[in-house]
Amino acid sequence: MARSLVRWLLDLLDWLVRKVTRGRHALRRQVILKVGLATVLVFVLVTILAQSSWFTPYDPVYYRDAPRLQPPSAQHWMGSDQLHRDVFSRVLAGGKASLIVAFGAVALSMSIGSILGWLSGFTGGFVDRGLSLTMDAIYSFPSMILAIVLVAMFGAGLGPMIWAVGVVYIPTYFRVTRAEVLQVRETTYVEAIRAVGASNTRIILRHVAPNTVNAIMAVSSFNLADAILTVAALSFLGFGLPPPTPDWGFDIQNGQKFLQSGSWWLITFPGLMIIFLSLGFGLVGEGISDLVNPKRKKKRV
Amino acid sequence: MGGTARYIIQRLLLTIPMLLILLTFVFLILRVMPGDPVSAMLGGRNVSPQLMDEYRHKMGVDRPILVQYGTYLAGILRGDFGDSFRTNKPVVKELFTRFPATLELALFGLTFAGIFGFGTGLIAAVRADRPIDHTVRIFHIGSFAMPLFWLGLMLQVIFAVKLGWLPVASRLGGRMAFTFKSITGFYLLDSFIGGNGAVIADVAKHLVLPSITLGFAQAGLLGRMTRASMLEVLDMDYITTARAKGLRERVVVFAHALRNALIPIVTVFGLQFAILMGGAVLTETVFSWPGIASFLVRSIEARDWPAIQGSVVFIAIFISIINMIVDITYSFIDPRVKY
Repeated sequence: MARSLVRWLLDLLDWLVRKVTRGRHALRRQVILKVGLATVLVFVLVTILAQSSWFTPYDPVYYRDAPRLQPPSAQHWMGSDQLHRDVFSRVLAGGKASLIVAFGAVALSMSIGSILGWLSGFTGGFVDRGLSLTMDAIYSFPSMILAIVLVAMFGAGLGPMIWAVGVVYIPTYFRVTRAEVLQVRETTYVEAIRAVGASNTRIILRHVAPNTVNAIMAVSSFNLADAILTVAALSFLGFGLPPPTPDWGFDIQNGQKFLQSGSWWLITFPGLMIIFLSLGFGLVGEGISDLVNPKRKKKRV
Repeated sequence: MGGTARYIIQRLLLTIPMLLILLTFVFLILRVMPGDPVSAMLGGRNVSPQLMDEYRHKMGVDRPILVQYGTYLAGILRGDFGDSFRTNKPVVKELFTRFPATLELALFGLTFAGIFGFGTGLIAAVRADRPIDHTVRIFHIGSFAMPLFWLGLMLQVIFAVKLGWLPVASRLGGRMAFTFKSITGFYLLDSFIGGNGAVIADVAKHLVLPSITLGFAQAGLLGRMTRASMLEVLDMDYITTARAKGLRERVVVFAHALRNALIPIVTVFGLQFAILMGGAVLTETVFSWPGIASFLVRSIEARDWPAIQGSVVFIAIFISIINMIVDITYSFIDPRVKY
């Protein structure tokens, strides 16, 4: 059972990598990309499955039969917390908010940021200057602090968190697409299309936008890695999902109260999950940027 | 030098619209979004609507938004950021008493990041594609995925709780806090002025874990940048020439390559200051460090509008000044850069 699941996962990965690399043979041996994708996939699968309590060994929220604050043991692999709950079960289910908010926020900032970037780069003039200045103002400010201010204003919950984290990353996409548009705009082929009489909308959508996709792809994976950390930090500071819901960041905050008495397992395991998930996205980003600019692979002996 | 002076003035003028945009953004969001400072302050207690209105009037939040905005801007021009709703003291005063704590932490965090990041990056570049290079690179990539608050807590568990080598949190041990006199707000400096060896050691010990926590993410980024930059420079023809002349490898690496490799590294170092301030929020929270960042978090919880606005503007000004200093140091490192 477990073996066939592993084989199926590997097949799925191979298929995905083949899709992404579109048959370029030499590039299929992308170890970094594969490892990254595998990590992310496993996390997504486990998080989805763990939302129903038959998957987790004990119920992450309502189970109250574990001994209080016990270190890891054979029954409770990651110990138990002060409310007699199994930490392992909570850790399995605790990625929900991180994943939803990270994907949601990146999708949000990607769409808003790149549309604004296309507009700004294409129209130029007053619009461009105003938008660029606004984006620079947001960009130069510490993103973590901005996210905290925003989430505090929007209120708690998944929706507000998506907005708060999303706004922070808009300037990143704005900059990438704007730079790309400025470059593409001056090329001969765009000039030719314009001479044929294509409308501005058509030029942007059919000819300029597709050229920016590569750059956006690489940026968004790194962004997801960063978003996971931001969401965890927000939950840690108490701006995330309300309590009994299992959540890595919030569970770490809870564990902090018992740190002085030496209950290391309450913070260690949720933190490791955050690291592995963020690392997974980071590796995907590394892999994609290796694919997109093969120049980076230098002839070093 | 005349060019540099003009450049500084230009940069200062450019930051003004940027600060104005940021300020307006925060100002509007605070007032448009749900959450009222008066009900947050009175904490859901059973208070009559009349009293609430009275408080609103006293705090000036019942006036039209445009009027509030105008008075606020006029105040800033005089260096007055209003009074904190929570502590009733001028926000500027609150910020300046906490600023040295944040700056001290940031400086030591940067120092750690500099030594550690630069060192590992250099080793990786010089020993490229050897096992040590791979180890260092894995460490660099891993450091991006490290949640700072978690790192801080783990360091506390290991070095403070289990081993007992270092204190868990705060800037000073309990007993010393009573007799300690702060002159500059920089505790390490103060303790040296005081000249008491035990106090110096205590302050230094309190600085170790927070500095490592804050500097960690920077160290990874800096190390990665150093490695990439050094590798690029080491590939250049003038390095081959230097080696062909028979110069010792140490001279080639440190005297010839490093100087040119430094230029992009300094850029990253400066740009990352914004991230460092973001990390300060988490570090200060985990280590109960009484700085600006933790002040901001507590102000947000209390919906203390003037304090939030003031901290945001203060941090933004601070970062623009740092960026400017970084830009100016370019002209020293790279003589080709002229303003």
